[in-house]
Amino acid sequence: MVCSLFRGPLRRYFTLNLYMAMSVLVNAGRYVVFTQHGLMSSEYIYFYYYSDAILTICLYFALMGLYAIVFEELGVGMRLRVFMMLLLIGTTLFSYSVVHQSETRMLTRYIVEISQNLYFVGLILTYVLWAALLKLRESRIRVIQIVLSLGIYFSINAATYALRNAYPNLRFVWGYLPVAAGVFLPIAWIYAFMKFDDEARLAPSRLAAVPR
Amino acid sequence: MMAAVIFVFSVAALMQFFVSYCRSLIAASARRALSSDVQDVIGIRRSASGDDFDRVMQYLYLCPDRREDRNGIKAIGAYFRMLGAVAKVMGRLIPSLRVWTESERSQCAYFAAVALDRRIAHNRDMFAEQMSA
Repeated sequence: MVCSLFRGPLRRYFTLNLYMAMSVLVNAGRYVVFTQHGLMSSEYIYFYYYSDAILTICLYFALMGLYAIVFEELGVGMRLRVFMMLLLIGTTLFSYSVVHQSETRMLTRYIVEISQNLYFVGLILTYVLWAALLKLRESRIRVIQIVLSLGIYFSINAATYALRNAYPNLRFVWGYLPVAAGVFLPIAWIYAFMKFDDEARLAPSRLAAVPR
Repeated sequence: MMAAVIFVFSVAALMQFFVSYCRSLIAASARRALSSDVQDVIGIRRSASGDDFDRVMQYLYLCPDRREDRNGIKAIGAYFRMLGAVAKVMGRLIPSLRVWTESERSQCAYFAAVALDRRIAHNRDMFAEQMSA
């Protein structure tokens, strides 16, 4: 937030700042619950997963903001927002229906299921945005790096939750990866804001994994 | 089944995002020319070879580091090692992939050389500031 305040237009990246502010609040809340109830308490575990779902929804808003920046010249921002909100509601209902059919410990299962699906839908949306960046030959380095780091974050978390769903015993793998991704995202955003100004550009053909 | 599909797709997307992210870091420094001092020290003029990477990294570790560069260098180091592994495993089967990985590795070496150039310039500025104070 501080970087964007000093190095770039705060309003332009408002949704990213909103996510960062929420992230600070959630982490403070987690610390309070952790100190009062302990790491293995059900209070902390519930708070951790529900706050994680809320943060993911904030990340959806950040993604919406990025869509608005990339598509601002085409004037389709409003339609995109409506589409993404419908997708968010659809994902929540889908997760609820999957769990409702199968489990007895519904609440805990629901939160893992919805987190997995939210991260996966976030990943798909980021992937679509990345494809649009390449198609529209977007060349602003800051936007490109923010979108790519968001893609890395979503894919690590989606893979981790999927692994967790399939193999609950592999805790040593899925226990640490989300933490690493959670550290990576703010560092990558700080780097993008500190290193490049809003108009710094590069050739989009250099970015595709397969050379064009 | 659903979890397996999500896992496979996520890992594939992660690789693609990671490669593109590293390429965006490299591309940002590719246009920058090296100073003549650094060119003389490391023997790289306009383009580098993948084999230069380790040598340039050793120079980088000798130089007092800058916090801004640290994460980018780590990411490119991981990307370089990943490219090496891909070239070893798949390079014999797909020759075009081998050519591509070598070209990427050489750009990683150039990125490291630019980072070294920045570090040396930064340290020179710090030294000059201290001398003038």
